[in-house]
Amino acid sequence: MQIEEKKPLIAAFCCNWCSYAGADLAGNNRLNYPDNVKIIRVPCSCRVDPTFILRAFQRGADGVLICGCHPGDCHYTTGNYYTRRRMTLLFSMLEYLGIEKERTRVEWVSAAEGAKFAQTVNEFTAAVSALGENRRLEDLRCKE
Amino acid sequence: MQRINRSELIKAAAKLIESGEADRVLGWKKGEFDYDVTPYVFNSIDEIEKDFVWGDFCGANFSKYLIKETAKSDKKVAVFLKPCDTYSFNQLLIEHRFEREKVCVIGVSCSGMADIRKIKDTAGEGIAKIEEQDGYLNVFTLYDGIVKIDSKDALAERCLCCTKRCVVYDELLGDGENKADNDRFAKVEELEELTEEQRYAFWKSELSKCIRCNACRDVCPACTCEKCVFDDPRSVLENKAAANEFEEKLYHIIRAFHVAGRCTDCGECSRVCPQNIPLHLLNRKFIKDINAFYGQYQAGEKAGQRAPLVDYTTEDREP
Amino acid sequence: MQRIGVFICHCGSNIAATVDTSAVVNALSAEPGVVCAVDYPYMCSASGQDMIKEAIKEKELTGIVICSCSPRMHEATFRKAAAAAGLNPYMVEIANIREQCSWVHKDKQTATEKAIVLGRAAIAKVSLNTPLQPGEIPVTKRALVIGGGIAGIQTALDIADAGFEVDIVEKKPTIGGKMAQLDKTFPTLDCAACILTPKMVEASQNEKIRIYSYSKVEEVSGFVGNFTVKIRKKARFVDENKCTGCGLCTEKCPVKNVPNEFNLGMDSRHAVYIPFAQAVPKVAVIDADYCRMLKDGKCGLCSKICGAGAIKYDQEDEIIENKYGAIVAATGCEPIDLDKFDEFAYSKSKDVITSLQFERLMNAAGPTGGVLLRPSDNKHPKTIVFVQCVGSRCEAHAKKGKEYCSKICCMYTAKHAMLTREKYPDTDVYVFYIDVRTPGKNFDEFYRRVAEEYGVHYIKGMVGKICAENGTLKVQASDLLADKQLHIDADLVVLAAAIEPDRSTRPLATMLTASMDTNDFFTEAHPKLRPVESPTAGIFLSGCCQGPKDIPETVAQAGAAASKVIGLLCKDRLTANPCVAHCDEMSCNGCSTCENVCPYHAVTYIEKEFRMPDRTTKIRRVAQVNPAVCQGCGACTVACPSKAMDLYGFSGKQIYAEVDAICR
Repeated sequence: MQIEEKKPLIAAFCCNWCSYAGADLAGNNRLNYPDNVKIIRVPCSCRVDPTFILRAFQRGADGVLICGCHPGDCHYTTGNYYTRRRMTLLFSMLEYLGIEKERTRVEWVSAAEGAKFAQTVNEFTAAVSALGENRRLEDLRCKE
Repeated sequence: MQRINRSELIKAAAKLIESGEADRVLGWKKGEFDYDVTPYVFNSIDEIEKDFVWGDFCGANFSKYLIKETAKSDKKVAVFLKPCDTYSFNQLLIEHRFEREKVCVIGVSCSGMADIRKIKDTAGEGIAKIEEQDGYLNVFTLYDGIVKIDSKDALAERCLCCTKRCVVYDELLGDGENKADNDRFAKVEELEELTEEQRYAFWKSELSKCIRCNACRDVCPACTCEKCVFDDPRSVLENKAAANEFEEKLYHIIRAFHVAGRCTDCGECSRVCPQNIPLHLLNRKFIKDINAFYGQYQAGEKAGQRAPLVDYTTEDREP
Repeated sequence: MQRIGVFICHCGSNIAATVDTSAVVNALSAEPGVVCAVDYPYMCSASGQDMIKEAIKEKELTGIVICSCSPRMHEATFRKAAAAAGLNPYMVEIANIREQCSWVHKDKQTATEKAIVLGRAAIAKVSLNTPLQPGEIPVTKRALVIGGGIAGIQTALDIADAGFEVDIVEKKPTIGGKMAQLDKTFPTLDCAACILTPKMVEASQNEKIRIYSYSKVEEVSGFVGNFTVKIRKKARFVDENKCTGCGLCTEKCPVKNVPNEFNLGMDSRHAVYIPFAQAVPKVAVIDADYCRMLKDGKCGLCSKICGAGAIKYDQEDEIIENKYGAIVAATGCEPIDLDKFDEFAYSKSKDVITSLQFERLMNAAGPTGGVLLRPSDNKHPKTIVFVQCVGSRCEAHAKKGKEYCSKICCMYTAKHAMLTREKYPDTDVYVFYIDVRTPGKNFDEFYRRVAEEYGVHYIKGMVGKICAENGTLKVQASDLLADKQLHIDADLVVLAAAIEPDRSTRPLATMLTASMDTNDFFTEAHPKLRPVESPTAGIFLSGCCQGPKDIPETVAQAGAAASKVIGLLCKDRLTANPCVAHCDEMSCNGCSTCENVCPYHAVTYIEKEFRMPDRTTKIRRVAQVNPAVCQGCGACTVACPSKAMDLYGFSGKQIYAEVDAICR
């Protein structure tokens, strides 16, 4: 008998125009991925504030994924370019503070890339699972 | 020992007051102790002659004070800015925080400021008086008599690697340039080389000291928000006191992120921290990354420049 | 307190087969604020919608959550249903439990648990929703077209044809643009003037179209539907209403040596002139730089002989202010300066010319009356070398020319080669090319005919150097296919100069707050899906100002831009997406950070007087979002350090609530 481990909890921010549609396409094509991934819809990846990510970690998420349109394809033309800079710096800072960098990820997923979405989520879940529970950024008050 | 004499500063300020160009002067005032120098608005030449100080403990950066001070009157305010302070001044101008026309800037060459913590480390507690003489500090202590310290050994960390120059001024005292050759990113690099666990342990121990007094934020010339998110009930981030160690991380990460690309590396955050947390190492990490990823950038160096986080190129690196 | 209704859809078995919907009902009923939770086989059906409507009325719901398929599928359906029942449509949230749950998970227990979590997140979000009203903005039913070339003319004609008034602003004394200078057009070889000039006349006679020639846009303010534009009508020193275009003055004027820009300086005109015979408006203009009367006050001959009394030496620039609902940029292109390409001896020999000059030499109305004579000695050239890609497809590090392909050069060079060989079969014609690019209807057929039937020597390779010696041009080139160096003694060299946006484009783009790429071409709102719109609402793009184009493409794009303008102008009011950014003025620092990241220039700053908490008043610089222009991306909300900027529909609080619900 395998002992059931706690599955890592993953919050995924998806932009409305590309990545959320890509996630829908994964559904349309019945591509399986772990159920511990929960998607939050945002208009554009540039709506994702660093505090949303930290808040998710604080409340017990083990990994945070941000998906947006491919650079150059942003519905708002430039949004994901800002996302790219912001997240590059934020992730580098988290790593500097000793937070495992595998817990955060940005992936560009177009509306046609259902398979890429499923694959990204599978890979990311596996990577986060390997790290185990997020203890370094969790807020103890929020544990049940 | 400062290159410029107190009398030269007073002369420059007095000239502005006498001519009527400015009606008050933002400068450093004698505090309770020699090393405890306070920012103060001087309203007359008499006051300046009596209480104004200039020396190795005039670390305070006045740029931020100008937001409130310029709003008080239509008359110009004169201000002393050291080379590092002028960058903050410029950055605030870029962000439209006050009007340039309402300020007379007296740029003051600086030979570096002393760090009272370094002095205390050598001389111990109970410092009654500190006198400068020929490149040395004579520290009069209550318990150990006079302790002589080489001024160089007392220099603040930020001054050891200062290469700043007065980038904005109406009048300049001295050449206004510093050319220290220490690498300001050395400590950041040292931390980067540690293992993840070691880095985590380092920051956990440092940030756990935080008492959330907000001094770093209150002194920071980039933190000039009308209402800080950490004080604003609407922001969901408001928290009067840290509940646990994560709260401090969140506060410091977000604070560093909010000033990323705008921080001029003036080092005030670390200077005022009562817990001696090396907060400038967070800001310098962002500065180092920005330089490495998006090209050399010094916030506040030029009027009208675009901060790296409100800019992009299509070829930027991936996170 | 919110009263929230939760409606869980089975979607037949699409959801119900993997998600235990009754367990979801039970779990979500217990959430704070939820007053009813029900499931139903098909929520999107008429009966399902009726159920929602009834519940809204009966239970006095203030917000609803639908656990169903993707919001991309039926969000609009459920919003309409809510509105029909009197609930603000923005009080609806969708939990996507089909595409992002039942369809991707197999285990019923975990899928049910996830559906509950997604439902909770939607409930948490909807509790913080606020009713939103889409703003309405009136539309001024007049369009402005900037540029009077073929792009601008076609756009204006199409807009006028739909019954809307449209103004053309053209900086030159006549409309017509670059196409008016062309001789024949590829690949059909119909004469450019024959197809263009009727359109110019049509534009001038259309009562819906006003042409401001010899004018330029001076200032633009406002936003989509409501632009105010100042136009500077330059003094032409001729009364447009009186001048009959008889041309007498242009013959009698004693200043005869002015380089004629229409023929690219290959002949001269008088100080008072009409650019070309079919100019529209056909009105003379006095060149103030050369006119003796205007310069020295001595002459006045034109005024004496003008029967209509149209000459007005005291005419001054006039500023006209008009209101427009839409603006079309049709500023076109021009050949690049060749001063960095002196290896081709362009500045040293009159017989090294650009392709546009060659068009004029071949044109019956050109300086040679359509007889191909070379500029230096008016002799018929026996050997002509065409050089392609001069300044196009340059490498970035070359620090000269453009990296892009100018797109039209291959075809016009083929046309020039064919016309030359047709009219003068005794001429040797060489074309040096990097690649020949001929994608277009009947383009490749045309090129092959030129190369195969007309005996034009197409040589793959670049010309390295041209030296002018004793009336011949020594051309050194390499033939890459034969791997040989070639030396050709040519009589005439024609350079296919790259085209670049007109130099007036950048200052114009600044006025329009429309974005440009690094080459100064306007950028489109979306490179694939919105190719004729600028990211700035209400600004449209027509012709070469967006990128190099040939005439058929330009006309097609002009029509497309016109249809977008018509689509805008036929509305009395614009409904704006209410999910836009807004600024909390008390927290705003006025730092301009949001302004810098806004791709739509929706943020402006005002100085506003505030009553401060300490009862003083203070004038502060604060951001204002124009809801008509904001598209709701949210870039500003993250850029704003004090979080004064927030987004309706996706507020910080709402997203935190979702995060908390998911991580609970």
